[in-house]
Amino acid sequence: MPGKLKVKIVAGRHLPVMDRASDLTDAFVEVKFGNTTFKTDVYLKSLNPQWNSEWFKFEVDDEDLQDEPLQITVLDHDTYSANDAIGKVYIDIDPLLYSEAATVISGWFPIYDTIHGIRGEINVVVKVDLFNDLNRFRQSSCGVKFFCTTSIPKCYRAVIIHGFVEELVVNEDPEYQWIDRIRTPRASNEARQRLISLMSGELQRKIGLKVLEMRGNAVVGYLQCFDLEGESGLVVRAIGTACTLDKLSSPAAFLPACNSPSKEMKESPLVHPPSHGCRSTHNSPIHTATGSRLTQNFSVSVPTLIYTGMGSGSAGKEGGPFKALLRQQTQSALEQRGGSPHRFCRRREFPFFTLTAFPPGFLVHVGGVVSARSVKLLDRIHNPDEPETRDAWWAEIRQEIKSHAKALGCHAVVGYSESTSICEEVCILSASGTAAVLNPRFLQDGTMEGCLEQRLEENLPAGCGFCHIPYDELNMPFPAHLTYCCNCRKQKVPDVLFTTIDLPTDAIVIGKGCLIQARLCRLKKKAQAEANATAISNLLPFMEYEVHTQLMNKLKLKGMNALFGLRIQITVGENMLMGLASATGVYLAALPTPGGIQIAGKTPNDGSYEQHISHMQKKINDTIAKNKELYEINPPEIAEEIIGSPIPEPRQRSRLLRSQSESSDEVMELDLSHGKKDAFVLEIDDTDAMEDVHSLLTDVPPPSGFYSCNTEIMPGINNWTSEIQMFTSVRVIRLSSLNLTNQALNKNFNDLCENLLKSLYFKLRSMIPCCLCHVNFTVSLPEDELIQVTVTAVAITFDKNQALQTTKPHVEKSLQRASTDNEELLQFPLELCSDSLPSHPFPPAKEHLESASSNSGIPAAQRATSVDYSSFADRCSSWIELIKLKAQTIRRGSIKTTVTVEKASPMGEGNFRNRSAPPCANSTVGVVKMTPLSFIPGAKITKYLGIINMFFIRETTSLREEGGVSGFLHAFIAEVFAMVRAHVAALGGNAVVSYIMKQCVFMENPNKNQAQCLINVSGDAVIFVRESELEVVSAQQPTANCQPLCTGGEVTT
Amino acid sequence: MTSELDIFVGNTTLIDEDVYRLWLDGYSVSDAVALRVRSGILEQTGATAAVLQSDTMDHYRTFHMLERLLHAPPKLLHQLIFQIPPSRQALLIERYYAFDEAFVREVLGKKLSKGTKKDLDDISTKTGITLKSCRRQFDNFKRVFKVVEEMRGSLVDNIQQHFLLSDRLARDYAAIVFFANNRFETGKKKLQYLSFGDFAFCAELMIQNWTLGAIGEAPTDPDSQVDDMDVDLDKEFLQDLKELKVLVADKDLLDLHKSLVCTALRGKLSVFSEMEANFKNLSRGLVNVAAKLTHNKDVRDLFVDLVEKFVEPCRSDHWPLNDVRLFLNQYSASVHSLDGFRHPTLWDRYMGTLRGCLLRLYHD
Repeated sequence: MPGKLKVKIVAGRHLPVMDRASDLTDAFVEVKFGNTTFKTDVYLKSLNPQWNSEWFKFEVDDEDLQDEPLQITVLDHDTYSANDAIGKVYIDIDPLLYSEAATVISGWFPIYDTIHGIRGEINVVVKVDLFNDLNRFRQSSCGVKFFCTTSIPKCYRAVIIHGFVEELVVNEDPEYQWIDRIRTPRASNEARQRLISLMSGELQRKIGLKVLEMRGNAVVGYLQCFDLEGESGLVVRAIGTACTLDKLSSPAAFLPACNSPSKEMKESPLVHPPSHGCRSTHNSPIHTATGSRLTQNFSVSVPTLIYTGMGSGSAGKEGGPFKALLRQQTQSALEQRGGSPHRFCRRREFPFFTLTAFPPGFLVHVGGVVSARSVKLLDRIHNPDEPETRDAWWAEIRQEIKSHAKALGCHAVVGYSESTSICEEVCILSASGTAAVLNPRFLQDGTMEGCLEQRLEENLPAGCGFCHIPYDELNMPFPAHLTYCCNCRKQKVPDVLFTTIDLPTDAIVIGKGCLIQARLCRLKKKAQAEANATAISNLLPFMEYEVHTQLMNKLKLKGMNALFGLRIQITVGENMLMGLASATGVYLAALPTPGGIQIAGKTPNDGSYEQHISHMQKKINDTIAKNKELYEINPPEIAEEIIGSPIPEPRQRSRLLRSQSESSDEVMELDLSHGKKDAFVLEIDDTDAMEDVHSLLTDVPPPSGFYSCNTEIMPGINNWTSEIQMFTSVRVIRLSSLNLTNQALNKNFNDLCENLLKSLYFKLRSMIPCCLCHVNFTVSLPEDELIQVTVTAVAITFDKNQALQTTKPHVEKSLQRASTDNEELLQFPLELCSDSLPSHPFPPAKEHLESASSNSGIPAAQRATSVDYSSFADRCSSWIELIKLKAQTIRRGSIKTTVTVEKASPMGEGNFRNRSAPPCANSTVGVVKMTPLSFIPGAKITKYLGIINMFFIRETTSLREEGGVSGFLHAFIAEVFAMVRAHVAALGGNAVVSYIMKQCVFMENPNKNQAQCLINVSGDAVIFVRESELEVVSAQQPTANCQPLCTGGEVTT
Repeated sequence: MTSELDIFVGNTTLIDEDVYRLWLDGYSVSDAVALRVRSGILEQTGATAAVLQSDTMDHYRTFHMLERLLHAPPKLLHQLIFQIPPSRQALLIERYYAFDEAFVREVLGKKLSKGTKKDLDDISTKTGITLKSCRRQFDNFKRVFKVVEEMRGSLVDNIQQHFLLSDRLARDYAAIVFFANNRFETGKKKLQYLSFGDFAFCAELMIQNWTLGAIGEAPTDPDSQVDDMDVDLDKEFLQDLKELKVLVADKDLLDLHKSLVCTALRGKLSVFSEMEANFKNLSRGLVNVAAKLTHNKDVRDLFVDLVEKFVEPCRSDHWPLNDVRLFLNQYSASVHSLDGFRHPTLWDRYMGTLRGCLLRLYHD
């Protein structure tokens, strides 16, 4: 009996009126954990009951502690009939199970009902007493910390990064059980919420066990997803990266770890050379891997492909694998039953990392994006305890990813993620990541010192090493166009680099980055089962190819040469497939300058046609020039000359390739005329191509003062101020079902996304200058003619003036800092000297941020807060405070006294007000920030309180009355935010970082006036302290004693 | 391609002040969009009309959801659903409870009942304020009235506590509640020249001096304060006012009063002769107003009477405001020198307030 859970129900407020006659409510509370239930007394006739209950104590196994949520139900007592439920609160007590996180959960929680939404609040206190249990066969994994953050959390250092952990659990979906026909929607929704909560608890516990087996103590980059497979069940799966983390001692946390950027930056250049170099790229040819073993699947994998100027070259071969489909299916059915052979050897088999940012020195080279997809037919999960089928599916995909990485000369995959798209019984499983070469010292039991040596040995140039190709130049896995690195001139780099990770902190970038999206729709015939799967599988390669082509075109149009944070989502619907790729384009100084885009027509003799072509060409050239100006891309011209000439060989090769794949001589001509720059040729041979070119030009850049990216930070902006606004925006459009063509569909989809972005820019205009970071688009096809796009992102303001400063002062500052730091940290002398040099020209973001905040941080922060409220508003707020105080005192004392006090001395009142500031704060709701990023600008995270992982269902049978679909979903999302904030506040936190809305499934039936929505969100609850407040603290702290190395992933970020 | 659903939800609720104003003014979404287009916002931001439409819809939806909370402002402060910085909360509340001068003049002193609500249509037509906005303002008056009507203690404080309004606005509402409760007539043609501010000023003086709350300041046993209310006039005081009648009924007293005033003001007024000629009329007017206040109907006509009996006669003789002030000061003060007069405190309580009111009411 290793744990005692204690719960106290304090009070309720703003309860709904449950008794129409009296306009009041007789509320009581049921507290349930596992199979034990306690009840409070009934508090008669009040909408603000004060139960002030005793401590309810549950004695439970720690296994249950991990799996079960605490369930609190508020009911209205009814003498004559059944008690009516007002609503529920589920509290995940996991954060109380490890020592460094929260010690108590205490606060106001919204009371949630799946039919009515939030109905009042309840104040609850929860504590856990854990007893040590030395049983080594235990099934629990209490104590393993979980982080959604995809980098090493600030205030921790990574001792070892063990690697990939994954797990999945399956169950029947209560919504599809027979009993659902006779129970109320509320009961059904609650059964589902509870089940998912239980399953995620179990999943987390199982993953924790794996981590303990690996001798780790934490999971970083934990990503948990639900697959609602309908009839065939419910799958909850999770992946993450097991690590051994060390908490930095508190002074360390204040000072070096989080506080001094310069240190980190100086380190980072040494080891990982992220910056500009780049290598490869991709594109799409498709190479199909036939899954011979389990057949039902058909997987299409897209390894990184090179796209050197191949124009609309041929797509790879596709097709083959399907023919065998039927036969294979029978076979696979047999095999599945027999259990999958993979299961045993799998554990350490996949060198995958869900991290997207790394400690310095971790990342050595980056190969390019690897991805694999596979189309599966869902069948009922017969035995929930044996999720082998799903396991095997994923194992297979991972295997494929692994082999792709190998083909790129890489032994690991970073920035790894998995996703699914389900429509009826067809499911597309996708996995993608970035093939990379990692520093092996980190992965073994080596300590930091170990990796130091390693770094010294390698002696990589700063800021470009990660771009250098990891594969053998003479034996390339795909045709690539290599040049010498423009930064160090020693190693080869590809002409374009695509990755799924964040931009490494020390990467040398020229200008700013921008969000680049490729959007694509393909109609598909409605079909059943295998025929459907085959159709989808046949379409996938083309989609991949086109998505890559679009990305490449748009990248060139922006005058950039690398993509970070690439995420390609393929969504399957009844009659169409949608592809949406988002990434952040940048110009890496290490990679060669991208060539332009050259348009070629097929019918050169037609005069007007030629004129048209040349007109288009001019437009494109203009756009490229404009974009270069917009994003401040001015690479030093000289570099090119030098690099260009000594290596004629790569170009020849590419030309050769081109001539193979292109039959048109004309293209060759054009290409040659473009000289060494290796222009990218777009051939306009039909209307489709024409469309493509047009769509290239329709993307409107964000209005001035706005930037956007889908990575954590915007390359080229580094003086964030403290104002942040996280938001979710959802749009659903209905396509007119008549005459749907691919073009019309593409246009609709494109408009949808563009309009959505425009709306965001407009809405957030008061924050200018600002940047939309971590822009995350999700597409789903809820019904035949509906397209739903969900966007979550955060807008962060930055200081324009500082942005305009030349980099020079920063460099000096960083030099100074670096040198002072050097003295402090004699342990790493070599490292420090060597990197302070190369990193100057473009000090990474961190430095700017830091210097900005340390030099002028306070005023900036103040400015930021005061800016948007008019003085009128300010006055208002002070009234409010004053009034609140008065209200409090009035309530407390007799009327008489207060009145006299007030009238007697205004002075006294003033004093009083100051004195009672803290209680005043209690009465208002504390502010909780939410952000999809792993950090909060202008602030330091001082403590991680635990993972937030919540799942909600909301249903209505009075859709019109609730303001239609928009009103319904708007209210629901606002409620979800509120519940997340309340949980964080109850843990003692003031922010959620790495927040993500993993699912937003919306279904409507306007004819029946009904709608239902499921939302799943997660993030890390943290406590942060404003830098301005911190400075006071840190001034008093002894100077740093922490190891700079460990702070790595953080910045990056 | 039609947009089925289009929403934006921020962790911090976005409030656009301009759209809020349009919403408060009762414009429909399409009217609001048209007005925003006219304001030139499209040119400034480079947005399209569709973007504007979507943005306006979004804000309207948010305001609609907030409206329920705005009906009980303390709820807005404690709710968890919308994260709004305190200054913005204050702005939302303040603007929501703000009202139009033209509207308040129409309903000031009227019973805030459903019957009056039917007249909102007419008011809307007359004032050009949208019906929706009229309804909001009317409902605000009524809501505040209902909440504080039966409450003890300072009216302004009660309003501030329950509606978190600024001091200024709370005072205005106190006036509205006070007028509604006492049903003062303000709509007569001869009162049209008066602004809401004029009435609010008078209301404040009357609340301070003529209500039960006013004597609450006097040291009395707290238990006896059952009627410590600002909304009702002090009935006893009104009864007592009859005693003042002696000032005009007793001819000697009236003459003496007149001579005292005339002596003191001789040479100081530009309208001395007019004053001298009119003294008895004016004094009779003022004292009779006091004596009549026992009847509810006459209480309602207080302002009509003041204007008829004092403001208009003076105005027709073109008294400068300063002369009015000198006269009223002297007129009030001289009573203390009347030997036969036994109610100087009562007189001061009455005349002190009335003097303030009259000075405020005396303008064109």
